[in-house]
Order: sequence, then C-alpha cells, then structure tokens
Amino acid sequence: MNALGTERARRTQATPAGDRRRRRLRQLGIYLLMAVVIALLLFPFYWMILTSLRNQVDNTSPVPVWFFKPTLQNYLNVIRQNNFLAYTWHSLIIATLATGLGLVLGLPAAYSIARYKQNGLAFAILMARLTPYITYLVPWYMAFRALHLIDTYVALTATHLIVGMPLIIWIMISFFEEVPRDLEEAAYVDGASRFGTFTRIVLPLSAPGIVAASILSFIFSWNQFLFSLVLSGPNTKPVPVAVFNFISYGQINFGGLGAAAVLITLPVVLLTLVIQRYIVTGLTMGAVKG
Amino acid sequence: MLANAYIAVHDWFIGGTPKYIGLGNFARALHDYRFWSGLKNTFYFTLIAVPMEMVLGLAIAVLFNRDFRGKGLVRTVILLPMVATPVAIALIWALMFNPSLGVLNYFLESLGLPRSLWVASAQLAIPSLTIVDIWEWTPMVALILLAALQGVPTELYEAAIIDGAGPVQAFRFITLPSIRSAAVIALILRSIDALKTFDIIYVITQGGPGIASETLNVFAFKTGFEFFRAGYAASLLIFLLVAVLGVSVLLNLARRRPA
Repeated sequence: MNALGTERARRTQATPAGDRRRRRLRQLGIYLLMAVVIALLLFPFYWMILTSLRNQVDNTSPVPVWFFKPTLQNYLNVIRQNNFLAYTWHSLIIATLATGLGLVLGLPAAYSIARYKQNGLAFAILMARLTPYITYLVPWYMAFRALHLIDTYVALTATHLIVGMPLIIWIMISFFEEVPRDLEEAAYVDGASRFGTFTRIVLPLSAPGIVAASILSFIFSWNQFLFSLVLSGPNTKPVPVAVFNFISYGQINFGGLGAAAVLITLPVVLLTLVIQRYIVTGLTMGAVKG
Repeated sequence: MLANAYIAVHDWFIGGTPKYIGLGNFARALHDYRFWSGLKNTFYFTLIAVPMEMVLGLAIAVLFNRDFRGKGLVRTVILLPMVATPVAIALIWALMFNPSLGVLNYFLESLGLPRSLWVASAQLAIPSLTIVDIWEWTPMVALILLAALQGVPTELYEAAIIDGAGPVQAFRFITLPSIRSAAVIALILRSIDALKTFDIIYVITQGGPGIASETLNVFAFKTGFEFFRAGYAASLLIFLLVAVLGVSVLLNLARRRPA
C-alpha cells in the first residue's frame, strides 16, 4: 500500500502544494489511528496500575477518579496479609523445574527432529498443541491422586512440562537447522561421539535460541492456571491460583486485586522485553518467524 | 489421551470404583441439555471472536506496515496482551465489566449510551467475554499478517499501478493472495485456541450467570473437579477434542486447496 501511495503521488504532480497537504492529512489520520489502537491495547494495563495505586474509596467511586495521591498500601497489604511471597516462591520453583526438565528432554528431541527428520515425534508434539489441556487433566488427576502426589512439585512440574516443552522443541528446531552440518561432520572426523558433538558443538552454537526458548517456557509455566488450580495445594499453590482465590473468597478489594495483578504481570513483561523477537515464533509453533 | 478415553467409558466417581458402561457417558451427554448448551456456547464464542480477530488483525497489520518512529516500541506494546498472565488480565476485565462501578459503563455513559450489564447478563455474557479474547489475541493475528505483508515484493505493486490498478484492486489482487497462507495459519491457530478457551471464562464468569457462558471446556471442568464425575467429564472432553480436531482438519483442507 505504501509503495502504491508514493507511486501515485509521483504520477499526479499537477498540483504539488495541494497534493502535499492531502498527503500530510492522510499521514496524520494514520498516526491517529495507530494511537487509538495502541491506547486500546494498553488501557487495561493502565487501569490495572491505577487501581493498584488507589485506595478503596477512590476505587469504588461510581465516577472514576483519575487523579489521586498514589498509595502503596495495596501492595503492602497483598504481600503481608496474603502470603504473596510464598506463592511467588512456589511459582518460581515450578517454572524453573519445568523449564529445566523441558530443556533436558526437549533439546535432544528438537535436535532429532531437525537432523533426522523424526516426523512422528513432530506430529506427536503438534497433537499436544491441539489437545485441550483439560483433557490431560482428568487422567492425571486420578493418577496423581492414587500416587498421593497432589500438592507436590512432582505433579506440578510434570504437568507444566506439557506446556513448556513443545515451545522449547518448536523454537529449537529452527535453531538447530541453522547449525552448519560441516561443523558436525568435522567433529565426527575428529573422533567426537554423537553426544559429544551435540553438547560441545551444536548446543553452544544455539545458545541464543536456548535462552529464548527457556524464557518462553518460563513465562508459560508462570502463566499456567488450569493445571495448578487442580493439582496444587497449600504447599505448592502458585501465584495465579492464589490470586484467583482472592476473588472466589468474595474479597472485593479492588486495590488489592489490582496490586496482585500488577505483581503477577510485571516479571512476564520484563522477560518479554528480552525475547520479544521469539514470542510469535513460539506461539505459532514455528509457523511464523517473528 | 488414551487414558482419557479409557476413563470415558466408565462410570467413575473420583475416589470411587470404576464401572464399565461402554458408551453410556456419551449417550448421557447427548441427552444432557447442559452439554448442548456448552457446545453451543463454545461455537458461539469462537464464531464471534475469531472472525473479529482476523478482520481487526488484518486492519492493524496493514496500518502498521510502514516505516515510522518508535516501530520497535510499538511491536513490544502489541505483544503485551498475549503474554500477560491470563488470570491477571481476566481480573482486570472483571473489574472493568462491573455493572455499577466498572469503568466500561462510565465510558458508555459519557458517550451518552445506556449502561450495560456486560458479563452479568445472560445474553451479553458470551459477547462480553469475546471482547477480552479479541483484545488478547488480535495482536497475534496482526503480527503474523504483518510478517507476511513485509514479505510481499514492492515490484508487484509498481507493476499493478502501471497496469492501471487502484488501491482497492491492488489490495484485492496482490495483498490478499500474498498473505493467504499466513492468514490461514493464523485462522487455524486462533480457531483451535478459541475453542479451548478456559482461563478467561472461568475466572470472569465461571460459566455464569447460570450456565449462560458455560462452554464445553468449563462444563467438563466442573463435572470432573467440582462434581467429581471423572468418567462423564472425560467423555465430554472427547467431544471437545473431536470438535477441535474436526475444525483444524477442515481448515487444513482449505489451506491445501489452491486459491
């Protein structure tokens, strides 16, 4: 469309001044539209932050209070009264374990798909992407219950693996495909084993991909709600479930909810800034390279 | 998945002993008005959300497919709705939807429009929930299409202008065919995920009011983990899985067919 605009402009240079003005108006309209789109996308986040910084009286005013003296009281309350730090710790442990295990299992799997065209494996991962998560949950719940593993990190890590590992595999396939085969063959000639080549040549060369894949897997585990809702308990409850419980216990403390929402979202936003290029690749299972 | 199928053919309360009943659970679903309501809501949600996401996503992709200052920053902003924790997003939207104190009704009133009950109304619950889904996922469609648009060679447009094509024709005959395969991928991914939507619906309405926004997913969850009927829940999920697979196979066929 852009090329089209300039091309047409070049051809209709009869009234340069009028044409320039029309172009400038068009440009202004485009920027306005862009601003509207951005504003709509950002508004809920803006509202989340405002809510978290207002006291309960301002938050429950029927006319929104836009200007107020910000208070950190909501944050203090959430952290002190609701055991927020413990839940954050649970989330951190689960996401770290699930990502670590996802790398241990996912990196070799991705490599075998990239190098040895393991299409069956690729298909299995695609099926995992299609299947509603809750389909896994019924049998898992029964199994973990029978093994007395409900409310343990074992159950939560294992289930979060289903979320993170396919992402890791899908991102890493494209990275492994870009590692030059010659390097690997040279290593074989020098007497390296298949495993040695993988750990000493392929992995270091794909380090940026591994970082991106790990962060993405971490974010998805951090955000996971359904598995944690059913399989966690007082000892392992992660933040999203804890926050969901705030509302189901009938607390209508708007400021507290806002503060909790900000606290869950903040780490994700920071991590997103680091790996933004790979997020779309991960979400589309490699169908689109961001 | 196989374990799920095994459970589905039993009358199995969580904590009780399973009894084999063959296809009994499936037959039961077909006579359960809550199953049909859930199925209807699942497709209702998807059929509003996905087309809107495709159209808005395409519009946004075209709008942002140009050079401007702050391009990198804008890309980051666009990513935020889809990476933010769904529970947190759902909470904020629930606050904004609040009929008496929510900011959305305040906006409606300032525009001179009547207040709405949003998710508290049986008729509007699903459409309101799709607003959240559209907000969350239109950016992904936009980014997929934007990547495709950037791959369209500019010579094509120049050639079209020489041949006397206007902007509408150029869009119809060059832009759309060039991004077709990316658009189908976006459509498939969004359809699959919209059919599976759980977090947003469960956190905001828990399927309510009544069962007005109860999708198959939410109904199966409640059956399994609130009423502890594992066997029945498993059979409901097989219906959902079949729906998801069916839709993705259909869309895949559409993709293979040449334009």
